[in-house]
Amino acid sequence: MTDTLAGGAKPQNNQHTNEQARGRLRKRYAAESRFKWLGAGAVLLSAFFLLLLLSTIVFKAFPAFRANELTLPLNLSAEHVNPDNLTGNNYDTIISDALLSLFPQVEGRQERRQVRGLISSGAPTLLRQALQNGSLTPGGTVEYALPMDDFADLYLKGLLAADSAETVLATPQSVAVEGNEAELRFSDDSLLDAAREAGALEEDGGALRLTTGAASFIIYLGGGAVKITDLAPDADAGVVARGPVLASVSADAAGPVRLRVIATPEGQRKISDREIVWVDQLKADGRTASAWNTQFFFGGASREAEMAGIWGAVVGSALTMLVTLALSFPIGVAAAIYLEEFAPKNRLTGFIEVNINNLAAVPSIVFGLLGLAVFLNWFNLPRSAPLVGGMVLALMTLPTIIIASRAALRAVPPSIREAALGVGASKIQTVFHHVLPLAMPGILTGTIIGMAQALGETAPLLMIGMVAFIVDIPGGFTSPATVLPVQIFMWADFPEPAFQQKTSAAILILLGFLILMNAVAVVLRKRFERRW
Amino acid sequence: MITYVVIALLVLFAVAYYFGRARALSSVEGNTAALHSLPSQHGLFLALLSAGPALLILLFWGVATPGVEASIVEGRFATQLADMNLPEKQAFLRDARALAFGGIAGFPNEAKEAAAEHFAALRGQSEWIVSGLVTLLAALGFFWGIRRITPQFRARHVVERVLRLFLILCSVVAILTTLGIVLSLIFESLRFFQQVPFYKFLFGTHWSPQSAFTGAGQEAGAVNPDIFGAVPLFVGTMLITFIAMLVAAPVGLMSAIYLSDYASKQVRSVAKPMLEILAGIPTVVYGFFAALTVAPFFRDFGQVLGLSVASESALAAGIVMGIMIIPFVSSLSDDVINAVPQSLRDGSAGLGATKSETIRKVVLPAALPGIVSALMLAISRAIGETMIVVMAAGLAANLTINPLEAVTTVTVQIVTLLVGDQEFDSAKTLAAFALGLVLFCVTLALNIIALRVVKKYREQYD
Repeated sequence: MTDTLAGGAKPQNNQHTNEQARGRLRKRYAAESRFKWLGAGAVLLSAFFLLLLLSTIVFKAFPAFRANELTLPLNLSAEHVNPDNLTGNNYDTIISDALLSLFPQVEGRQERRQVRGLISSGAPTLLRQALQNGSLTPGGTVEYALPMDDFADLYLKGLLAADSAETVLATPQSVAVEGNEAELRFSDDSLLDAAREAGALEEDGGALRLTTGAASFIIYLGGGAVKITDLAPDADAGVVARGPVLASVSADAAGPVRLRVIATPEGQRKISDREIVWVDQLKADGRTASAWNTQFFFGGASREAEMAGIWGAVVGSALTMLVTLALSFPIGVAAAIYLEEFAPKNRLTGFIEVNINNLAAVPSIVFGLLGLAVFLNWFNLPRSAPLVGGMVLALMTLPTIIIASRAALRAVPPSIREAALGVGASKIQTVFHHVLPLAMPGILTGTIIGMAQALGETAPLLMIGMVAFIVDIPGGFTSPATVLPVQIFMWADFPEPAFQQKTSAAILILLGFLILMNAVAVVLRKRFERRW
Repeated sequence: MITYVVIALLVLFAVAYYFGRARALSSVEGNTAALHSLPSQHGLFLALLSAGPALLILLFWGVATPGVEASIVEGRFATQLADMNLPEKQAFLRDARALAFGGIAGFPNEAKEAAAEHFAALRGQSEWIVSGLVTLLAALGFFWGIRRITPQFRARHVVERVLRLFLILCSVVAILTTLGIVLSLIFESLRFFQQVPFYKFLFGTHWSPQSAFTGAGQEAGAVNPDIFGAVPLFVGTMLITFIAMLVAAPVGLMSAIYLSDYASKQVRSVAKPMLEILAGIPTVVYGFFAALTVAPFFRDFGQVLGLSVASESALAAGIVMGIMIIPFVSSLSDDVINAVPQSLRDGSAGLGATKSETIRKVVLPAALPGIVSALMLAISRAIGETMIVVMAAGLAANLTINPLEAVTTVTVQIVTLLVGDQEFDSAKTLAAFALGLVLFCVTLALNIIALRVVKKYREQYD
């Protein structure tokens, strides 16, 4: 008997250990690990979503924090600037004169307008402000940096027309410049093949035409640039390339001849070949520089991407949050104290509790409708005002604060109350002198979380008109204002690519505030909350 | 000026507190044991008595003045306003007010400027009157109160009664809010249903209230009720909610299960804050993400497969909304799953079940009522979500259940109807309130059912 047990290596063929049973067990274990991996997959999927969302926004936001500025030789002499009447001067002319002085070869109305388009249309205002606040003194010619137009800025950041490639070409056999047109003769016809690949239109006799729908061919030579629009095979195995001169070519300048092919057709991008050449020239002259985008941090709203800033929205958010905090914190805490410490168990208090729980689940947009119908149309409070926005958000965060405060009050053990009552404190004194201070960390945590929710809330504020386009920095609780999330919503709607980056940057700032608030809440919870 | 009055009252509050305290102390020559109430309570009594009624009067004045002013001005300018319809009248008053008190006036003209002057004059007069009244009340309260302070005076009772009243009033705010929501929604919706029969609203399949030519923006009487059929919106909302739940329910539930039953402590300490971050991201950020990244991705992906996917497809909005709801589902189900007693798990393990069998056959059935209620709350959340769909879903009503097409939702329509220039009385803006009422009722019903489910089917284990 003992022998068989000792030699028990031989498997017994009963119903728990036979082949089928082991198969079943394997299946069950496989199901087990499948299930576990499914769960881990779900968590990983959420992590992936979070990472995707944050990385998209961070990468988009990065370029918006810096902006390119163009240093211009501004003529601020007495004939242009009257120091006694700084608002009355024509700053537009001063700036466009300075710009055009950098491009002496430019003629023609359209080209001049293109040159003026390199600088932000908000530059005259900035120049006036600089003169008014004394950071610039009138008189003589002054070198001063002003923000560039958003498309030029994007190009310098490498976000527009970035798909360009440069190759060195053999020196052309001949270069003929006539007015604004140039004709180049090359001995090999590799240019033809390249143009054909790039989508040039075929014309009679093997000629090719590069329209705005095809890639751009720009040839740099002799210190200037020529854009190739027409290519024709030469009689003796070469190529004749023709096109407008973008930057003046001097015959005697040496250096390699470079061909630059920008794959995005000119018609599909926001910056023309001419502007690209100009911007490159300015950059080579050391006139452009990348600096912190102060306009973004401290400017108000604007339709011009390079002038738009978030300061107005930040101030609006701060004012709104102040109103929200001033209303929802005392009311919420008082309501929680009453319900938790004083309320008799009757129908009224039961009804209040049901109400609070339901309000916590009401969609935020319904609070906006309430604000519109009651605060705006009934009480005639001003539209777009932080006061009204704060009131609506206060009603919205009230349930959160009440629920959190009640939980914090409930966590204070009854022994504290009994001891206070025992030494003769009244019920009110017990609560305000002993229970409330002990519950305060929990209450503050709940309040901060509620305020963070309110800070990110958009929909109810759209209802009460905080979506209006407001250029000025709001000055008070009743002046028209917008808030950060609404600003994000508005910018997200603008088609300019520069606004997408501004939107992402504004989101980063909003998220920064939210993370800060939540971090404070976590610290409060960790440091001060007592477990009884 | 009113700002200064308020500041003066706050200063008075502090001063009165100090005087009351000092008076109480001097009445017993510093022997506090002889006082019925603490000196600070006497101080509070005097402060409340002198500043309290005045502040209440100010509050009442602030609430009532705009309406009173408007009716006075309306009476004065009755001749100019006679041939205007209601929206024009409101625009007139709004502009006049903006001219008088600062703000953005639409089209200023002479009549409006005259009305604005009138507004300013009225405001000036009423400010003087109310300031005088406030001063009088504050002085009366202060001097009457200071005479009442004696050692026997029961200041504590008065102060505590006022405080208790304040506490009760604060908790009544919740009721008032609900009442305000319900009344304003019902009141405005009734006005809407006077112009558009409710069956046409609830069962009509054509929604285009923005088309002014068919009479949406006109005055009462000229409204074409056939363009207010909200069925496409309801279907669109349900479609997007359905897609969102397809993402959020399995992912949220599985992460809750994994985190409560499988994950090690380290994994949990990373995963839980991660879900909290996901929950804390504002919805406008999700909307931006949906419109900028997810929707173009699906459009391009569809092109590769040869499908035509709208750039504002229901799929993109629904999936991003699902991502937003994952942490909501997961944290609610986590609570429910953790509430299932360990003894059930131990019993199941003792019978030889694997962990997943325990979860599927024991824990989940036990937690089912809670999970169902969590899912219902999530659905209610998805239905009421606004910013994602405003930014990523379509604007035009489209009666379809194809997730690749653009659909619009109830919340999107509320926003588009109410943002921008609006006359408050047109059927167009009132329609937004009718939609809001539907939204409120549906989410309320879902919440109540969710609570009922938990109450009715919850098993008592301990």
